[in-house]
Amino acid sequence: MPVINSVTCPICGCLCDDIEVTVENNEVVKIKNGCSICEAKFIGYKGEHRIHTPLMRKDGKLVPVSMEEAIHKSAEILANANYPILYGWSSTSCEAQRVGVELAEEIGGVLDNTSVVCHGPSVLAVQEVGLPTCTLGQIRHRADLIIYWGCDPWSAHPRHLERYTSFTDGRFENSEWKSYINKVKASAGKKKLLSAQRIETPKKPVTMAESLPMNKPPETLHKEGRKLIVIDVRKSMSAEMADYFIQVEPNKDYELIQALRALVRDQELDVDKVAGVPVEYLQEVADALVNAEFGVIFFGMGLTQTAGKFRNIEVAISLVRDLNFRTKFAIMPMRGHFNVTGANVVSAWQSGYPFGVDFSLGYPRYNPGETTCMDVLLRGENDASLVIAADPGANFPKRAVENMVKKPLIVIDPHMNATAMLGDIVFPSAFVGIEVEGTAYRMDHVPLPLKKVVEPPEGVLPDEEILKRILEEVRVIKSQKMEQKVEAA
Amino acid sequence: MMQQKLRVTLLTGRTIEQGVSKERGKSSHDYFEACSMVYMDADDMKKLGIKNGTNVLVTTPNGSVVLKAVKYPRGPTPSLIYIPYGPWANAICSDATSSIGMPSFKGTPAEVEPAPDKPVLSMEELLKSEFGR
Repeated sequence: MPVINSVTCPICGCLCDDIEVTVENNEVVKIKNGCSICEAKFIGYKGEHRIHTPLMRKDGKLVPVSMEEAIHKSAEILANANYPILYGWSSTSCEAQRVGVELAEEIGGVLDNTSVVCHGPSVLAVQEVGLPTCTLGQIRHRADLIIYWGCDPWSAHPRHLERYTSFTDGRFENSEWKSYINKVKASAGKKKLLSAQRIETPKKPVTMAESLPMNKPPETLHKEGRKLIVIDVRKSMSAEMADYFIQVEPNKDYELIQALRALVRDQELDVDKVAGVPVEYLQEVADALVNAEFGVIFFGMGLTQTAGKFRNIEVAISLVRDLNFRTKFAIMPMRGHFNVTGANVVSAWQSGYPFGVDFSLGYPRYNPGETTCMDVLLRGENDASLVIAADPGANFPKRAVENMVKKPLIVIDPHMNATAMLGDIVFPSAFVGIEVEGTAYRMDHVPLPLKKVVEPPEGVLPDEEILKRILEEVRVIKSQKMEQKVEAA
Repeated sequence: MMQQKLRVTLLTGRTIEQGVSKERGKSSHDYFEACSMVYMDADDMKKLGIKNGTNVLVTTPNGSVVLKAVKYPRGPTPSLIYIPYGPWANAICSDATSSIGMPSFKGTPAEVEPAPDKPVLSMEELLKSEFGR
């Protein structure tokens, strides 16, 4: 059986490029090195939920139609629309995204990618204050203090810790895996001892204030080697692995970051607690930050989706800037979809703006809050939508989806997801990174090649090909309209 | 004392089960199981008089949805509920974008009440009831 090495996993922003895929009779049968999500995708991509032919809604039901009919009808909808939305782009290749920008310009639509509902606020903050960052390779080899703020890599980026941070052996820093295992064993032993001695466990805290981390920062926060701090509103799986877990009150991240900034700048705070965390503990954390050789903050939706949104990121980046006066520090967003970074990059180098680009005036305009597709949908201004490689039907708030389905909805996706179920025209597409090759950007902006390991099902085209054919048809329809106008004149 | 309703802060987010099942297929039973639930604090569940696995009605100014309550296994999260990303979470989460395009998926107020007799809708049923398709 042929084994394909160094396959890049097309799921999350980690883009692990060490996957070994075993293929038999044009089917993936075995995966090595991947996480559970990776295995689910590579083994499950051919499941019963796969779409095999283009579908069109007729009399309220999705029925199979020919590719030509679906392309023509989609092109007609897009060419005749005044203010269409082209949304998604994050689970496809940069090559397909490039055609998307061309299509958006041709039809004068709003081009937006999924970062609007994940790290859009981070992009806005970066535009305000810049981004002191580095590659994941630097972190793997050199970082001795790792902070995950408002993110749970164990759930969303399962191999992040193992490949890039605490549990990897770098050139100058070693893996903390063994000490973590020892900690788990010691904790299990302590529990057994307590139960053998029939000592009652302390009463559970009742209110949020009581439950917050009254644990003093441990000695290990100042040890040699890698340290891991997790800051979150609830104890996540990643928090269990951390040397120190800080449970912040919901919507209070901004206060906590600003307090840390003050402490890092040797200022005194006049309060006992900030966001539920005692200032004396924060002082120790600030000391650990300053004493780190090279620290890094990874942040996720816990900062971008809570109160403050992009202001949270702005102060987090400012904290890193402050820390860089004392030591070396970097910050990086934990990007979700495997090529959402690519969607920002392609959109930026083609139109000048990373997301929420409005081409309706014939030139690209960018005004978050106005030209972001979420706001366009909530105002009900869209008159058609094209959704590719994303699932707003499942991941957008109800009112936005309501307005999306009121108008014609074209969906390009390999699977029957919520958006495809709601769509008017549905195109089956080949899986990028499994059935089609392409380029994707890792969360640290490093472009990596995606491999093709099996052939797509018969008649199923890649995203790029479908978009090119729609674009071609749009141009034909537009030129016909132009000719008719000239004749009429 | 048992309470009829509980005021909580709603968080939506990723869980590993949601991540794995979305790749298996969104119409799969795994996805339904992973996303049509709500993690609750053990003491909050006691206050409402419900057990692990009882259905609850979660209501926000944006709507309400029936979900299966599951005790959060890793420590206390008083007055905090956590629903994995998916159509069930989005049936109720806030669409206030603060004029930057980002809805408030985390940290908005909600109310939870026991609803042992109400069924949890499947994705098809939920989409049908919300959008008529």
